Amino acid sequence: MNKENHQIGKSIARKEGREKVTGSARYVDDLNFPGMIYGATVRSSCARGEILGVHFDDGIPWDEFTIVTAKDIPGKNCVALLIEDQPCLAGQTVNHPEEAVVLLAHPDKYLLEVARQAVRVEIEPLPALYAMQDSLSKKQLIWGDDNIFKAYHVEKGDVDGAWSAADFIVEGEYETGAQEQLYIEPQGMIARANPADGVTVWGSLQCPYYVHKALVRLFGLPKDRVRVVQTETGGGFGGKEEYPSMIAGHAALLAWKSGKTVKIIYDRAEDMVATTKRHPSRTRHRTGVTREGKLLAMDIDFTIDGGAYETLSPVVLSRGTIHAAGPYNCPNVRVCSRAVATNAPPHGAFRGFGAPQSVFALERHLDRVASTVGISPEELRRRNFIQQGQTLAFGQVVREKVDMHKLLDRALEMSGYHEKQKRFQEQNPRSPIKRGIGFAAFLHGAGFTGSGEEYLASEALIKVTREGKVRILAGSTEMGQGTNTVFAQIAAEALGLECEQIEILQPDTSLVPNSGPTVASRTTMIVGKLVETAALTIKKSLVASGLLKEEYLANEFATACRQHIDKFGVLESLVKYQHPKDLHWDDEKYQGDAYGAYAWAVYVAEVSVDTRTAEVRVEDFVAVQEVGKVINPVLAAGQIEGGVAQGTGFALYENVVWREGRMVNGQMTNYIMPTSMDVPPIRVFFEEIPYDRGPAGAKGIGELPLDGTAPAIANAVAHATGVDIRQIPITPEKLIDMLESVHV
Amino acid sequence: MSETLRKIRVQCEINGQTATLEAYPMSRLLDVLREQVGLTGTKEGCGEGECGACAIELDGALVNSCLIPALQANGAIIRTIEGVADSGRLDAVQQAFLTHGGAQCGICTPGMILAALNLLARNSQPTETEIREGLAGNLCRCTGYTKIFESVVEACRATRDPA
Repeated sequence: MNKENHQIGKSIARKEGREKVTGSARYVDDLNFPGMIYGATVRSSCARGEILGVHFDDGIPWDEFTIVTAKDIPGKNCVALLIEDQPCLAGQTVNHPEEAVVLLAHPDKYLLEVARQAVRVEIEPLPALYAMQDSLSKKQLIWGDDNIFKAYHVEKGDVDGAWSAADFIVEGEYETGAQEQLYIEPQGMIARANPADGVTVWGSLQCPYYVHKALVRLFGLPKDRVRVVQTETGGGFGGKEEYPSMIAGHAALLAWKSGKTVKIIYDRAEDMVATTKRHPSRTRHRTGVTREGKLLAMDIDFTIDGGAYETLSPVVLSRGTIHAAGPYNCPNVRVCSRAVATNAPPHGAFRGFGAPQSVFALERHLDRVASTVGISPEELRRRNFIQQGQTLAFGQVVREKVDMHKLLDRALEMSGYHEKQKRFQEQNPRSPIKRGIGFAAFLHGAGFTGSGEEYLASEALIKVTREGKVRILAGSTEMGQGTNTVFAQIAAEALGLECEQIEILQPDTSLVPNSGPTVASRTTMIVGKLVETAALTIKKSLVASGLLKEEYLANEFATACRQHIDKFGVLESLVKYQHPKDLHWDDEKYQGDAYGAYAWAVYVAEVSVDTRTAEVRVEDFVAVQEVGKVINPVLAAGQIEGGVAQGTGFALYENVVWREGRMVNGQMTNYIMPTSMDVPPIRVFFEEIPYDRGPAGAKGIGELPLDGTAPAIANAVAHATGVDIRQIPITPEKLIDMLESVHV
Repeated sequence: MSETLRKIRVQCEINGQTATLEAYPMSRLLDVLREQVGLTGTKEGCGEGECGACAIELDGALVNSCLIPALQANGAIIRTIEGVADSGRLDAVQQAFLTHGGAQCGICTPGMILAALNLLARNSQPTETEIREGLAGNLCRCTGYTKIFESVVEACRATRDPA
């Protein structure tokens, strides 16, 4: 193996990049099949009620249409995920606006839209809940016997016994709004389904085996009669984690009944109003601190709005709960949390998965704690940062090397924090434009929480051809974040080859093993490690069979592969995840080693606030993080930059307006995401401490940037204006009233 | 409704080829390109002219093809993403997007590349502010735009001093 040939740490061009820059990459809506027809969804106009009937207006040739309702479902009427409470099509009752009730299919998509509007679902309304508080006070019972999908109680030390020793007790309540994932490619699926061949779907999705599981249940078919193929996916961010199972089910039901291939593509409005969003949240903090700024007790109460069905809310809640106390060493911590039901479309996975909500509250709150104590935000963090050997709130002893001080030093230095703080303080009184600078310190766990990875038991497979081509078969999807390229680099490095010799198979459940979902910052760290192990196993068997020396050239590798296959038939390696024996998690107490590894970070935002218009602009942004070994610097920086832009939208612009459980601004015209004019220069810096269990030392990074961006911006706005920011997004409409109250 | 109208004949030039299309006068040029001509590189992101995923060049101007009626294409010269590479050889902008991380999920990329080309045709050495303004009609949810700006700067450099 050529020792000089390193593939790790190199910015290899994206594997599927050529297809993407030439327009030849094929997304779901670019695919057409002979005889294919189109599908559409008729939805509930009402938040909660009983379905009395479905009426088909005159003037439409209904006999030309395929019409599907809940009665047509061959298996169980559910979107199987954690539990089976969400129907694929509403039968007797609806529990949120835009819930699917009737499906239509027709060869003419223009007529299909006219027909969709000519179906009236008659609903007798029932009282509905739209606010978390109303759900908690059980104003109506809309889910189970308490409206609560899941609750956690995590405790360390003795919080109640600690208050008396505190010099200050600081309280605060913080809120974050819903956020739309807003991948630029809307959701879509194509299905072929009949009793003879089973069900096949092609679509835009993150988790092929989630869709597979849902279709198996919906049709009552054996696993090998259901096939899910991922098409090129134009962004996911969590939004294509669970909802694709719903659309796949709809397309497949129409295909099953019509006997034709059916394509369903959502337009932007349907995608925005009907599919999942980030859970709105409310966090209450009560913090006891000494006059030296040492944290004594943190009492945290965290509530998220799950919408009408459970879907992934328990897991989102779990991550939000575990991240709620941050990278700090506090002897007494209590986190009580719950996900509640309301009659809104279910909220779901979105990059960060509960952590951006609870981290916003914590990092905003700690600036207020510092101010009460009379020390700088920086000093408060420094006096409490977690260190190697100390215990996090949920009982995990930090075994990895961590140096938050160094990250903070570097972030403050790169951003010119101290100089700017001073300068802004001098200049602000003379200007209607106030400048401010703020930061957030945080951590993000990579992989599934607790024993999640053990349950998933993911697999990855490498098959080598007789010509020495190395094929990676994994259920992990590429959705822009770089799976294909990173996997190729990991395998190439392990085998001493060039990335061009590595092929990534398109995820197709009939061909690739279940590598778990492509979520939770787990693909590089967890599945990448399986790929690395499989590659090393291939090399080992070639060496062990005497066909290859320890050091070899690419052509020698190819020769050895040919000889091996001629002699033994195949050359492949299937690797299954093995949970490290020293990671312990107690699902009952919700304590232990929540994650194998964390990424650690400090982000600094500089803002300007025009006090005449209340417009906030982010002028500069510095993101410093320790993420283990960086496999591809351009791709990794791209993840952070994109996450900072999404976090900027979360902090400032992205405001879902609700009316009786329905998003009323479901258009890009009035739901505002950052444009090229809105993003600051985003300066990304990596510290690299190799993680010995990650592939080539890598940890996960995908979700990290969503956690710290919004609180850094909010702290900067507070610094600029003196306004005590408690809610995001900080829209001008909200800020202008608050500015008046502080007389800037 | 469009089905009650008669289709018209639209003659235009697409990516250097003469094309004769049959389309309802008010059907979206986006649909005609994708469904009739088979040029699926032009994407639909929003259908209301906000995101720029469907951007093409029409007589040298950058337009959102979801807002252009087929009628307006009559006699026009059209360029889509498929017409950017020269017989398989990537344009400098495409190459820069590939090597500098300007494309992630790729769905905004065709429109973004056409917006960048259109900008560079008007201004071969844009400042960063001019790049930001030139791309402001094209939304990207993956990159935070930073690597797109870098790609455009690199394309200018590569065009100025070819290696």
